[in-house]
Amino acid sequence: MIEHLPILQVIVPLLGAPFCLLVRVPRLVSRFALLVSTLTLLISCSLLQQVLKHQVIIYELGGWAAPWGIEYRIDYLNGYLLLLVSAMGAIVLVAAQSSIRRELPHNRHMVFYTSYLLCLTGLLGILATGDAFNVFVFLEISSLSSYTLIALGNDRRALTASYQYLIMGTIGATFIIIGVGLMYMMTGTLNMYDLAERLPQVHHSKTVLSAIGFFIVGVCLKLALFPLHLWLPNAYAFAPSVATAFLAATSTKVAVYVLIRFIFSVVGAEFVATVLPLQDIFVVLGISGIFAASVAAIYQLNIKRLFAYSSVAQIGYMILGLAIGTPLGLTATLLHLFNHALMKAALFLAIGGVFYRVGSAQLSHFAGLGKQMPWTMAAIVAGGLSLIGVPLTVGFVSKWYLILALLDKGWWPVTVLVLISSLLAVIYVWRIVEWVYFAPPRIILDEIKDPPLGQLVPIWLLVFANFYFGIDTSLTVGISELAAQTLFVISGVSP
Amino acid sequence: MNMSPDTILLLSILVPLAGVAGIVVTGRWPNLRETVSICTGVLLIYLVSTLYRLNGEGVQIGWISPDLLPGLSLSFQIEPLGLIFSLVASYLWLVTTVYAIGYMRGHGEENQTRFYACFAIAIAAAIGIAHSGNLFTLFIFYEALTLSTYPLVTHAGTEKAKLGGRTYLGILLTTSILFLLLAIIGTWYVTGTLDFQAGGVFDDSSKLAASILLPLYIFGIGKAAIMPFHRWLPAAMVAPTPVSALLHAVAVVKAGVFSVLKVCTYIFGFDMLAQLPITDFLLYLAGGSVIIASLVAMRQDNLKARLAYSTISQLSYITVGALLVSSSGALGGALHIAMHAFGKITLFFCAGAIMVAAHKTEISQMHGLGRRMPITMTAFFIGSLSIIGLPPCGGTWSKWYLMIGTIESEHWLLMVVLMASSLLNIAYLLPIPLKAFFYDNPEDKGRDPSIREAPLPSLIALCITALGCIVLFFYPQPLFDLASQFVEASRFYGR
Repeated sequence: MIEHLPILQVIVPLLGAPFCLLVRVPRLVSRFALLVSTLTLLISCSLLQQVLKHQVIIYELGGWAAPWGIEYRIDYLNGYLLLLVSAMGAIVLVAAQSSIRRELPHNRHMVFYTSYLLCLTGLLGILATGDAFNVFVFLEISSLSSYTLIALGNDRRALTASYQYLIMGTIGATFIIIGVGLMYMMTGTLNMYDLAERLPQVHHSKTVLSAIGFFIVGVCLKLALFPLHLWLPNAYAFAPSVATAFLAATSTKVAVYVLIRFIFSVVGAEFVATVLPLQDIFVVLGISGIFAASVAAIYQLNIKRLFAYSSVAQIGYMILGLAIGTPLGLTATLLHLFNHALMKAALFLAIGGVFYRVGSAQLSHFAGLGKQMPWTMAAIVAGGLSLIGVPLTVGFVSKWYLILALLDKGWWPVTVLVLISSLLAVIYVWRIVEWVYFAPPRIILDEIKDPPLGQLVPIWLLVFANFYFGIDTSLTVGISELAAQTLFVISGVSP
Repeated sequence: MNMSPDTILLLSILVPLAGVAGIVVTGRWPNLRETVSICTGVLLIYLVSTLYRLNGEGVQIGWISPDLLPGLSLSFQIEPLGLIFSLVASYLWLVTTVYAIGYMRGHGEENQTRFYACFAIAIAAAIGIAHSGNLFTLFIFYEALTLSTYPLVTHAGTEKAKLGGRTYLGILLTTSILFLLLAIIGTWYVTGTLDFQAGGVFDDSSKLAASILLPLYIFGIGKAAIMPFHRWLPAAMVAPTPVSALLHAVAVVKAGVFSVLKVCTYIFGFDMLAQLPITDFLLYLAGGSVIIASLVAMRQDNLKARLAYSTISQLSYITVGALLVSSSGALGGALHIAMHAFGKITLFFCAGAIMVAAHKTEISQMHGLGRRMPITMTAFFIGSLSIIGLPPCGGTWSKWYLMIGTIESEHWLLMVVLMASSLLNIAYLLPIPLKAFFYDNPEDKGRDPSIREAPLPSLIALCITALGCIVLFFYPQPLFDLASQFVEASRFYGR
């Protein structure tokens, strides 16, 4: 049993999804989905435990050896992210129980839970697999199901948002498959680790260069790197609240993982750094993304859109850390991957709580909620503080490492820009605070109060995690450092 | 009670926090809530006094947490300068609580529970700053102090209060994130430690880094209100008067100059400061702040605004003392933390009393007020004397030593600046009580009998602090001992 965990990680939610269709009864479906996701979480916990013991777990699908068969390979990097994604998947589903009942009509519940589990499958699959084509397959599974999740939103604009995402996402996926295809053409293999060995022999051919180009642009579309982020704000704004929370916490993070995995484990960081102008591109796009998206966030009137833009900005930080090209920089990226998931999940779930009671995420509808929904609003403030990077929150830990890495690299001007950008976060978070605490309430109704415990508990669990991992950083920093160092060793660059 | 010194140290921070919980729980019963506040205050004084006694007996008191980030931990350490600050803050908190009871009820303020709770958090943060053992800990509490005082500044919830709050938070967070955090991470990067060490942490090889970091610290500690980062302090005057009194004359601003003193002596060390050319530049900038703020104060008709600018000027005295690189200067600076605190809090108490009792905020309306509010105006007179630095008030001593410091280090221009500023102090402070006693108000010749002294608790409080000013003149020994301990420790370290 224990040796089959890598595949069970993906199979369990995959089998759970069609089962949801069979069950049909909304109440049962929701409980069942929760059960499945909890099981996934347990699997990823024990996987991570094993990875910490053995460094790498290799699982051959159907017993076929690596270059021929498909191989799942769990190391520090994806072990850590599997835990993150499955944990977010489970926690968000707890809140979904009541939230979905309010936001979606009865007959859509089943669709929601089915696509939710499929999306979870796709994301976990991308993380677990060691096969380049498999990555594409799972990427499509997760993308198609997330289009569905977004389209389920109550607002009619959800449909156009979903459609927009579908177009952009498909272009991205096409680019990725072109990249994978070209690489297969040159090397005859799809296994990532096999590719890593064979690519160097054909490295300088135009085909491989264009393969890498296609792949990276495709992935950057999926991870919403500025200026390829246009699909994201609408998608997050109009999806059902819990779907936004789940996607914001996981999907872009997984795309960042694909980028990291591809650069370090397949192409080799050395090659990327020396032959491609990727470092410069990433620094420029990262910084301009941080600023453009943060400024855009300041002017949003809808809080979901506001935090969606903030997500684009945060992705800028991750890309910036990656661009630094040192183990310290990569550590910062990996830390922020985890930490940002905690912040955004907490924030979007809290906004979901407001949506549950008020039925809107417009900034003006938050007026005076500080007194009416004290716990939810406190959670938003706490999440906002974490986003700003106040000490003792996870945001501070990410920022600390990013700045340390930038100083280590000697990039003073960039350091100053990063610090200035966190002030932009202060502005957009504080706009909310002023509405919430210093504006008179819009409507005074008894039913406007904190959401039911089923939502409040996951929200505060995540808020607590925001502080816990800001104080006890041994798990996150430890694994991020290990993963970063291993990746640099794999890709042959001496750190 | 038999507690280990380290426990007492921790309790000095935890007790006010526990007080917060108590205040929130008892929020519905104002009398009980205020009792909780007062009991917490008394307990805190007991704890801090015990720490003072133990320190006098030569007991080393410190506590270090497990690592938060690798190599970085929360660390608390008792040292003489910190004791001066925590003693002043804890004693004056109790007095202010008494005052606030009279003021807040007399003024019929809303949201009093939030007010007292934030007040207690702010005090916990101030004590945390005072007792911090490394820069990291100091930074955490520094930010906590900023955030916890924000709701106090915007207490009124009006548009003006919100604007004031924005300026307040904007400047304090900008400087702390942009400069202070950068300076701290830079220090960590260069020296590998953030601990406060007598004699400083920089060695001679890192002179260049030190001369970049010093201005970052001086500007980054925005709470010291050195020009041009002083605007937040006048902006904070929209807060209820007890807040202006305790926080914006004592806790917050003193936390700023305390941090400056601490950084100058325990991070840079006198030897390093003396070698840096930038020190003189900053010194004269602080000198400029002293004189310009005094000049601006003269032009303010609003009493609280005038006091705010006076505070800016007096804070820069302490910054000057820290940067003079002379033992008398540091001694004077340390003493001035306490002396100015007592003087300025008295003045603010009086300003608040006048506002509650006579509803007057502008100085030009206060003619003849002395006959109706003789006690308040006498206290105002005493407080003014202390700020100016005339006997028989405590301020004499600190200004005396600061003056000697300028002579010792042969900064003649600065000596002139300090003397000129004292003259300006006379010009903008003394006329207020004098006109109140000896001028007649042409509009109000006994026609408004409703004006009489402020509520009793407020009156008691302002008498206590006024008395404190005088006592400190005749009995400055305990403070003097602490300050010279601090100077000794920083001067004769291993050289």
